[in-house]
Amino acid sequence: MATLELVIEQEAAVGSNRRRRRLGPLFWAAVAWVAFVFVVAAMADFLPLPSSTDMDMLERRAPFSTLHWLGTDSLGRDELARLVFGARISLTVGLCAPIIGITIGGALGMLAGYFRGRFETLVVGSMDVLLAFPPLILALAVTAYLGQSLLNLTCILGVLGIPAFMRVARASTLTLARREFVIAAQALGATHARILLRELLPNVLLPLLAFFLLGVAVTIVVEGSLSFLGLGVPPPESSWGSMIGEGRESLEIAPRLAFLPAIAMFLTVLSFNLVGDTLRALTDPRQGAL
Amino acid sequence: MPGFVARRLLYLIPVLIAVSLLTFLIASLLPGDLAYVILGDQATPEKVAALRHDMGLDQPIWWRYLSWLGHVLQGDFGRSFRTGQTVLQAVMERLPVSLELMVLAELGALLIGVPLAIACAVRSGGAFDRFMTGSAFSMLSVPAFLSGILLIYLFAVELRWLPATGYVPFEEDPLGNLRCFVLPALTLALGEWPVLMRVLRSDMIATLQEDYIAMARAKGLKPSRILLVHALKPSSLTLVTVTGINIGRLIGGTVIVESIFALPGIGRLLLGAIYTRDLIILQGVVLVVACGYVLMNFIVDMLYVVLDPRLRHGHA
Repeated sequence: MATLELVIEQEAAVGSNRRRRRLGPLFWAAVAWVAFVFVVAAMADFLPLPSSTDMDMLERRAPFSTLHWLGTDSLGRDELARLVFGARISLTVGLCAPIIGITIGGALGMLAGYFRGRFETLVVGSMDVLLAFPPLILALAVTAYLGQSLLNLTCILGVLGIPAFMRVARASTLTLARREFVIAAQALGATHARILLRELLPNVLLPLLAFFLLGVAVTIVVEGSLSFLGLGVPPPESSWGSMIGEGRESLEIAPRLAFLPAIAMFLTVLSFNLVGDTLRALTDPRQGAL
Repeated sequence: MPGFVARRLLYLIPVLIAVSLLTFLIASLLPGDLAYVILGDQATPEKVAALRHDMGLDQPIWWRYLSWLGHVLQGDFGRSFRTGQTVLQAVMERLPVSLELMVLAELGALLIGVPLAIACAVRSGGAFDRFMTGSAFSMLSVPAFLSGILLIYLFAVELRWLPATGYVPFEEDPLGNLRCFVLPALTLALGEWPVLMRVLRSDMIATLQEDYIAMARAKGLKPSRILLVHALKPSSLTLVTVTGINIGRLIGGTVIVESIFALPGIGRLLLGAIYTRDLIILQGVVLVVACGYVLMNFIVDMLYVVLDPRLRHGHA
């Protein structure tokens, strides 16, 4: 007994060491930036900011000042306020759309990987059809018909994310369903629902969540692309993508109007990628990290 | 090998049918009546009903799908009700521009990514390798519209070396044509090379540990010969797949880049159709792009089989 415990402790120590070495300062900086953007976007209404939609035609493209900390845009609107409210749109879409994807895609993938058979063929086949369209093209086409609104945008991007989450969930379920603890549960007479929810879900959730963060980064980029093309959230509401698109018009006079939202978007996407990639490496089933 | 190709070809048919069905359904089921779009908001109900009858919009949906598909299979994708141009004409006119952009972008990405990957793999774990791996990771977080604007600012606004927008046909002025493709292709390449570099680098590191590389070293072959002749081809399998997978992203990037740099390609056609609500052009372009994408993926699959003999026997 004593030797066994010793071995387990050593293994635990090695595991936590590796964990600690991987989570460097860069990882925590990324987490801090995401948290910061989150808090600012959530508190936007309570911050002492000028209105993000009030125009001031006498103060167009004003430089940095105590009144407008980051100056004003080409319609005289406060740049900082627009950045903060833009963060709100980008994060709302960026978080809600992958939640749709992880819920539907995760459920479909787990059911397909657990029950196999015709259902799996049907699910994989229909996902292949969805993947047969270049994502941005499909998003553009559906937006064109449905019309631009925050809800439509979130739903479209959410549906586009389903195939990827389905693949991750199905792949993990396929390997897990053959493991001893699932077979043991089946032998004990557990129902399918119990095996799926109590045995498989906790194990599939980890890789899904790591993938979720990468999904947030991708969604923010796609939302930005749509808004940049003028097909995202309708004006006067600001989003980082639409701000970059508007800033492009005055690139020669005031390049900062395009570059400030660009930096904000780059840092946020980079942070989500970094955190997601680190967690993905930690939860990769190939390394036996379960 | 023929069996494998035949099976993949058979699989292509249901996918293409489903793609056409989905394209049709997006256009038919979602709100927005074509007759109202054509006639405008002030149209009388009688006029709308007459037009709907003329266009067959009052028939059941499955019948409309079949008759649409029948026309498409004969090469008739419909006609824009704004310009009178057929969809096929419009697409054929603009396709060369988009294809040239995509080929140049992919070439640029390979030109940047492959040498960097080799340099990183030779001294993996070294300072250069760590720096480049880090840069590649951060470049993955830069969307095409960001790098595009940055490049316009640097090379068109500040340095004034290259035109920011505009397009010269190849027949008129080949050099000018290439000049106006430099920045758009570079924008797309900047988003592509990190993916290619990461894949090739890790495969190359694995290849360089094989026995036959040690053998080649022992024979006293020149390092450059070992790297470029003995190690590069077996390491490039995943590179080909990833290039294929990325075509979808590249098509999306093309739409954005064509919009930024005002290139008259498929992407601009699509955006123009969306802005003017030219739904027939939109439907046709989406169908053409999606079918082209499916076919390109098929070709890449086949290319992969040619490169890797193990897959020919159905282990894929």
